[in-house]
Amino acid sequence: MSENQQQPMLKVEDLHVYYGAIHAIKGISLEVYENEIVTLIGANGAGKSTTLNTIAGLIKPRTGSITFGGKDITGMQASRIVPMGLSLCPEGRLVFQQMSVRENLEMGGYTRTSQEVAESLDEMFQRFPRLKERSGQIAGTLSGGEQQMLAMARALMCRPKLMMLDEPSMGLAPILVDQIFQIISELHASGVTVLLVEQNAQMALSVAHRAYVLETGLISMTGSAENLLHNDAVQKAYLGS
Amino acid sequence: MVFLSNLVNGISLGSIYAIIALGYTMVYGIAKMLNFAHGDVIMVGAYIAFCALQYWNLHPLVALLLAMVFCTLLGITIEGLAYRPLRRATSLAVLITAIGMSYLLQNLALLIWGATPKNFPGLFSLGAVSLFSGQLKISGNTLLTIAANIVIMIALTTFTAKTKLGKAMRCVSENRGAAELMGINVNRTISATFAIGSALAAIAGVLLCSAYPTLQPTTGSMPGIKAFTAAVFGGIGSIPGAMIGGILLGVIEILGKAYISTELGDAIVFAVLIVVLLVRPTGLLGKAVREKV
Repeated sequence: MSENQQQPMLKVEDLHVYYGAIHAIKGISLEVYENEIVTLIGANGAGKSTTLNTIAGLIKPRTGSITFGGKDITGMQASRIVPMGLSLCPEGRLVFQQMSVRENLEMGGYTRTSQEVAESLDEMFQRFPRLKERSGQIAGTLSGGEQQMLAMARALMCRPKLMMLDEPSMGLAPILVDQIFQIISELHASGVTVLLVEQNAQMALSVAHRAYVLETGLISMTGSAENLLHNDAVQKAYLGS
Repeated sequence: MVFLSNLVNGISLGSIYAIIALGYTMVYGIAKMLNFAHGDVIMVGAYIAFCALQYWNLHPLVALLLAMVFCTLLGITIEGLAYRPLRRATSLAVLITAIGMSYLLQNLALLIWGATPKNFPGLFSLGAVSLFSGQLKISGNTLLTIAANIVIMIALTTFTAKTKLGKAMRCVSENRGAAELMGINVNRTISATFAIGSALAAIAGVLLCSAYPTLQPTTGSMPGIKAFTAAVFGGIGSIPGAMIGGILLGVIEILGKAYISTELGDAIVFAVLIVVLLVRPTGLLGKAVREKV
């Protein structure tokens, strides 16, 4: 499923990112192959979100390269990366609070034709029946779990090849966390490649194939999710056992 | 009857403020900056229309269109040259740049058209309407201004609610990063906002100078500041707020001048602003944004 394939879908090489004078990412390299679920785990402030935001084009890296689908996307604007099939469901969901659920989803398909958007909208309403019930409701009035589903559905509206999810379980009740991870597994089954950032390492490692452990801007460990789940150091640091 | 006549005049002046305020409020809502050069774009628009009418003898409608096209391009240029490079700078740097841009436009106008006030020719010669057997006369210009305001209001509301670009503007206004993740080109959206605001400024400039026909390089600054006040009054960032704020401000100004004191008219306007902001810091229709965790 992983290294034996010829070309990675996403390849990040020696990435360095600065926030002003702060060196946030200090040379990260990672790969995501087609049909994988890869997770990036690590403590708060390790640089997980920064890595995703840089790949998505929201932050420009100082040096290093990002290749997606064989094309160099380093420093490219987010609005040009989205139509290539790479979408990010951001940390904190960032749904458009003052727009209706339906409008939020339509915005997710901004780069596509109205015909395609209509098709994807039906798909999303089937996958997330809750959103269909609430399609006319203003997104800001949804519960946290519903907003997370909306954010995920919105990110799927551009029909991405690779979907990046930043802390989808943050602040949700355990039953909702299970539901979110169930959806991630279903997405993967339907052919979407996933790069997942999580603080809930236990859950992330249980759905992922491979994982990278991030510590203060550097990758400290990598391997199959299975191995990391049983690794002593990982267990101690991130799994609380 | 005198009161009614004052009221109509107030609504008409307020309509001009409202059209200008729309430019302030849209740019603030979407680019999160106060474009203090906006008032001077009005003045430029009026000068272009003046030249088209006086020197080139063009049809009034063509003159208005020409002013709109010129101001649209001017707005896009100002944004691209002066504000875009400061997108990640502090808001204070952007504010100072906007003030600088305002002085630049005023002084360029001074260089090109001189300091002597021009007498702006009436754009459209419309007959007055008499009501109550001649007791209440409303000039054609007044009616045209109010009508223009209503049309613009409806058009803009429909535009932001229904069109793709309008929705993109609402997204950028709410969260720039999230908008970019949808594939929205934020720079182009901001540019379009400046284009629309500046085209409206041209219309406002022509309407303003049709009502008060003295045109000079500082013509735009006072209405600009009052329209900014109107935008804050109504709740900056809100389109209906700009409209309500503008009209209320115009009515308060005219009634204040008529019944309290001609000299104090402007002071009353700003006093009302201060009181409103003390009671409702977000303006009449402004919303305090809450985040749900």
